[in-house]
Amino acid sequence: MQLTVNGATYDVDVEAEMPLLWVLRDELGITGPKYGCGLGQCGACTVHVNGVAVISCVLPVGSIVGEVTTIEGLGQPDALHAVQSAWVEHQVSQCGYCQSGQIMTAASLLDQNPDPSDEEIDRAMTANLCRCGTYPRIRAAIKTAAAALRDE
Amino acid sequence: MSEASDQKKKGRGRKIARRTFLIGSAVIVGGVAFGTYAVRRPIPNPLLQGLRKDEAAITPFVKIDAEGVTLITPRADKGQGSYSVQAHLLAEELDVDPHSVRLGPGAPDRAYYNGTVMQEGAPVAAWNDSWLAERVRGFMQVPARLMGIQMTGGSSTVPDMFDTLRTAGAVARETLKLAAALEEGVDVAELSTENGAVLLPDGRRLAYTTLASRAATIEPVTDVALRSPGEWRYIGKDVRRTDILAKSTGTEMYGIDLALDGMLYATVRANPGLGSALRRFDDSEARRMRGVMKVVEISNGVAIVADNTWRAFRAAEALDIEWEPGPYPASSAEMWEALSTALTKDNRDSRFRNDGDVDAALEDGEIISAEYRTPYLAHAPLEPMNAVVQVGDARVDIWTGTQIPNFIQDHVADMTRIDRDDVHIHVQPMGGSFGRRLEDTYVLQAVEIAMAVPDTPIKMTWSRDEDMTHDYPRPMQLGRARGTVKDGRVEAYDLDTAAQSIAASWFGRLMMPLPGPDVMIIAGAFDQPFAIPNYRVTGYRAPEMVPVSSWRSVGASSNGFIHDCFLDELIHAAGADPLEERIRLCHHEPSRKVLEAVGEMSGWDGPSLGENRGRGVAYTFSFGVPCAEIVEVTNTERGIRIDKVYVAADVGRIVDPVNFEAQVSGGVIWGLGHAMNCELTYENHAPVQTNFHRYRAMRFYQAPEIVVRGLENGDRIRGIGEPPVPPAAPALGNAIFAATGQRIRELPFDKHIKFA
Repeated sequence: MQLTVNGATYDVDVEAEMPLLWVLRDELGITGPKYGCGLGQCGACTVHVNGVAVISCVLPVGSIVGEVTTIEGLGQPDALHAVQSAWVEHQVSQCGYCQSGQIMTAASLLDQNPDPSDEEIDRAMTANLCRCGTYPRIRAAIKTAAAALRDE
Repeated sequence: MSEASDQKKKGRGRKIARRTFLIGSAVIVGGVAFGTYAVRRPIPNPLLQGLRKDEAAITPFVKIDAEGVTLITPRADKGQGSYSVQAHLLAEELDVDPHSVRLGPGAPDRAYYNGTVMQEGAPVAAWNDSWLAERVRGFMQVPARLMGIQMTGGSSTVPDMFDTLRTAGAVARETLKLAAALEEGVDVAELSTENGAVLLPDGRRLAYTTLASRAATIEPVTDVALRSPGEWRYIGKDVRRTDILAKSTGTEMYGIDLALDGMLYATVRANPGLGSALRRFDDSEARRMRGVMKVVEISNGVAIVADNTWRAFRAAEALDIEWEPGPYPASSAEMWEALSTALTKDNRDSRFRNDGDVDAALEDGEIISAEYRTPYLAHAPLEPMNAVVQVGDARVDIWTGTQIPNFIQDHVADMTRIDRDDVHIHVQPMGGSFGRRLEDTYVLQAVEIAMAVPDTPIKMTWSRDEDMTHDYPRPMQLGRARGTVKDGRVEAYDLDTAAQSIAASWFGRLMMPLPGPDVMIIAGAFDQPFAIPNYRVTGYRAPEMVPVSSWRSVGASSNGFIHDCFLDELIHAAGADPLEERIRLCHHEPSRKVLEAVGEMSGWDGPSLGENRGRGVAYTFSFGVPCAEIVEVTNTERGIRIDKVYVAADVGRIVDPVNFEAQVSGGVIWGLGHAMNCELTYENHAPVQTNFHRYRAMRFYQAPEIVVRGLENGDRIRGIGEPPVPPAAPALGNAIFAATGQRIRELPFDKHIKFA
């Protein structure tokens, strides 16, 4: 089957039920999305399909219609997305393992809702678990990113 | 006569003996009170082996070659920012940009031993600075040094490395300057350094990289003076973590992300009754599944080798396995029974606190008593345990996240019969640990698999299920407390506290038996600086059940809850103010100041905040750090909501303020989240909680605002990774009592009350 990830189209020979996460990581070598739980409980694997945040560890690759964007496609160290810039500015990460997913969820939230309230941020970000406890800085970074995106 | 006192006599206190300089600096600090030749013998610089001619390894912590400067950061980075802190400490003296140099953990070596972490095992409270206490702590460095423990843990990285790395940077800088002076025929006094280069009087710059080969031929300059705090550019300043860009772009490579040519993917299913054997298994279905290349029987389990991790997971699920029963009670009910009958004289492990006459005081007054319980807890770092291993004829390579590289070398050398020096550990960035990676079962399993598929890199990844059910958890703890009050004050406090010994369990696995009482059974209780007139803490060693290990803040994580909540009960019974009575009882000045600080920060005027609202204060001294927290809660229609937390902690000196704040608020969320809703309960010898849906901890919407203040009144520098954890649970418990009148004496709280 064919799969478009970060603007490139790949031919992949896998079972239709293989979760997108494992196609990305083990077949295509795209390791920004992380494996944390395999049950859609932690959000470390979050990517975008057609710009919307999805949990890739429970999403069969055969069900995907459209383009996949991973953290690598959102921005790069020398060309950061506004959400990533805010993450750097607030020094959000500790171990950093959940942050690809956090950033992808936050970017999708701000894309749909440029000025979210605290409650709307809560609702969106509760899908993503952080074991290090970086939540206060994530909240601050989302507000910084929202302001930056509104100014763009 | 010890080396250090010799040097002092000659007035060369700052000079460190040649070839022992870096290691010597640590030993001199703690080693005056003891002295044996074996301990004093210099440990060879590991970087001198295998260096090319154009490379110079001036100290075990700095390596310079034509391509650049590498700073060796031996303490592992599990997410706490330790590489960044270590790099900034080196750079402070070496004058290099910490963001442009290479950082690496270095190969495991005795030169990188950790003396500080062993000191925490000593049976004296860290606030006790008497000569005896110093002597005992110094003594604990002897085994650490002899055994070459290159370990990360015990909030020890900054204390252990603060002088060592700055000295290493200064030695390297001065040696490079001498090399430049010799090269150019100028006086070394005319030289200075800046951004990776020596500056000559005529304005030219000689890059360190070009001076490396010359520097290698001269004796290192060890008579160095460290810069004064007024000259610091990084220490105490807001600096950017060296890994923050990579960790904001998905480009940080964790162990689980490695890909090597020809690599195969593996997973395991091992007996969840930890330590028990595999009875039988049927792999006929698994073998037929797509991508499965090999099924390997390993110690206590079965491994699948496949061409993709998910295919390996699926095949592992398809294995039909029968296990031998676990070597400990099958259920939580039986485990609690074993623990509650463990408080007998025969099981008494220690009584390091026995002030006044507790028995007489208890006979005198009306006794208040309570029983407290805390559960087994999993570490559950978000990156599941994994390792990449390649086994050849005469060499093993291991890429993994670990806190104990030296022990892995020993264990793998034993397993493979390959020489220890040919077991190469490549320590990888880690997606959390919280103490989890002080164990190496997952690495040894990967080695077993790789031995069955030689000359092929094998990436072994645990499923979340396997990770949750094969953790060595924090032990459960049971405390029975009694006390009396008199004239509005706490008069007597008698705590019996029982748990399995982490030291016995963990050291047993590392093959390093440790004699004597286990301080972790009583840590967070016996060592609290309160002048209660009649005050006794007795530790009881429960039978070994589920094998246990260190969990962020170790013994203090349970005892902090038990000790402080019961103190709160006594204070309420006395009719005293919870904050004022703690301050009155406290005899340690920096501790009093953290209590006063949270009081001021929160505007404390008592525990009540009006209808359905309340706040609790708690205090724990752990890892040398006094930490006080005030938690404010509202009892809403949907349950308890944590509104705000105030924290004050004293680490002597704050090296990295941005990271300090991160570690404190992260520690608070860790402590609160697990206290709210996490436990491991057992059925059929295995944990019932197999994934995050049943082990939720704190979620984003529940995270309160956290206000942090760092104090610097302590007499020495301390680490901050663990100390914010112990006071979090009791502060929440005391706050729930203030808001609802309900005193909850068992964790997690959600067994008894709902959270919003």
